[in-house]
Amino acid sequence: MIGKLIYGLFFQLGQWVLWMNHAFSRPEKLKVYWRETVRQMNDLGVGSLPVVIIISVFFGAVTTVQFYYQISGTFVPNYYIGYIVRDMTIIELAPTFTCMLLAGKVGSNIATEIGGMRQKEIIDAMEVMGVNTAAFLVLPRLVAAVFMIPLLVILAAAISILGGYFASVWGHLFTSSEFLQGLHSFFIPYNVYIMLVKAVTFAFLLTTISAYQGYFVKSGSIELGRASTNAVVLSDVAILVADYIIAILMT
Amino acid sequence: MIRAVDIKKSFGDKEVLRGISSEFYKGKTNLIIGRSGAGKTVLLKILVGLFRPDEGAVWYENQCFFDLSKKETQQLRMKIGMLFQGGALFDSWNVEENIRFPLDMYTNLTLGEKKKRVAEVLEKVELSGVEPKYPSELSGGMQKRVGIARAIVLNPQYLFCDEPNSGLDPKTAIVIDKLIQDITRHYNITTVINTHDMNSVMEIGDNILLLKDGLVAWQGNKEQIITSNDDTILEFIFASPFLKRLRKKALGL
Repeated sequence: MIGKLIYGLFFQLGQWVLWMNHAFSRPEKLKVYWRETVRQMNDLGVGSLPVVIIISVFFGAVTTVQFYYQISGTFVPNYYIGYIVRDMTIIELAPTFTCMLLAGKVGSNIATEIGGMRQKEIIDAMEVMGVNTAAFLVLPRLVAAVFMIPLLVILAAAISILGGYFASVWGHLFTSSEFLQGLHSFFIPYNVYIMLVKAVTFAFLLTTISAYQGYFVKSGSIELGRASTNAVVLSDVAILVADYIIAILMT
Repeated sequence: MIRAVDIKKSFGDKEVLRGISSEFYKGKTNLIIGRSGAGKTVLLKILVGLFRPDEGAVWYENQCFFDLSKKETQQLRMKIGMLFQGGALFDSWNVEENIRFPLDMYTNLTLGEKKKRVAEVLEKVELSGVEPKYPSELSGGMQKRVGIARAIVLNPQYLFCDEPNSGLDPKTAIVIDKLIQDITRHYNITTVINTHDMNSVMEIGDNILLLKDGLVAWQGNKEQIITSNDDTILEFIFASPFLKRLRKKALGL
């Protein structure tokens, strides 16, 4: 059972690597790829904006409230909460949780869309036309994700910090100046760099894993559902593993 | 002309094609018929290069498909148009974008020239003016016609149709058949159709290939079917007792 699982894992990994190699080919017509990339940027970026904003506000607000609960009554000054919220958001919450959220929204969408194209023979139709389908289906989505997801992560970080600010001030936990003092304390610009490295890495993982799941889907709605679920689960696992590796390498 | 030579294909233990050899002629509608699971779609997909045969070869005029270089394959593919069962149209693109796709990929025409070409092929399939519509706004028959328009937009020399009549009412099916036959004759192209619609066989069957148990069981044209004494083709075409009685009556038997 375990042997079969390990074999399956390595088989999938090998197939993914070979497929990615095929996907990174020179586009037949840059103009067509660019048009598709812009469409994907709109779907991925603008389409994900509302959910990212809502989630980020609560990330920041909950982090602030819970840290206040932990440190109130201790000798740790209140302004530390602004500092903790800022760094937690930049280093971990914004890139990792936003990308995990996007794996659920964008990843499942990519797997279902490409899987549907496979089932409706649209991929076969493109292959008969001589189109490199792996490249045409992956590259525009990948470029769109690698460009848009870091922007979403930056936005998520800013909104999360704002959420923390409003939770502390409107909730009368501590003063506005204390939160702002925390925000300005011990700032290390390198942390923003870590955030962007994470965002780009996670964008690459969630896009390629989800596209791969959709591309090799077999016939039937159950298979399509499975591909969508696998896209989310595997993307999330890959993001967490990559998060750990980046944490070790960069901190 | 396309020539299939001793095509064999298995999936796991199942031998689907056990040595198919045949010729598909230019300017004619060549039909591949057979019961469900006979290997019609597999043969069609081998002919267009979507599947690679375990053994055998496919010749387009004097070019062996699977021996071609990447560039030569690409050039040959530009001469191939294919209509899929469901039309295989991009849901998120409108009719014009769907038909324009091969032109965008492989030509350097201006947008105006592409639009003109799209209008021409839409007129050919009697669907003028539907350019802004999305596939979901079209009926099954209209989607097939858009699929045909896309398949012929690059002026192909070879047209393949996978069950073009599936899911259509008999009257619309005949319209599609006639359209494919008109296009075949008008452009003098080699058309290969995979079907199990008996109306199609008797309407447009210039060259018919009956597959059974992974082999060619019968080959001929629609006129030869009527006068044939071959039980294999007769059992397949006149499957119902009613049609059998009708044929006997017509032949005065």
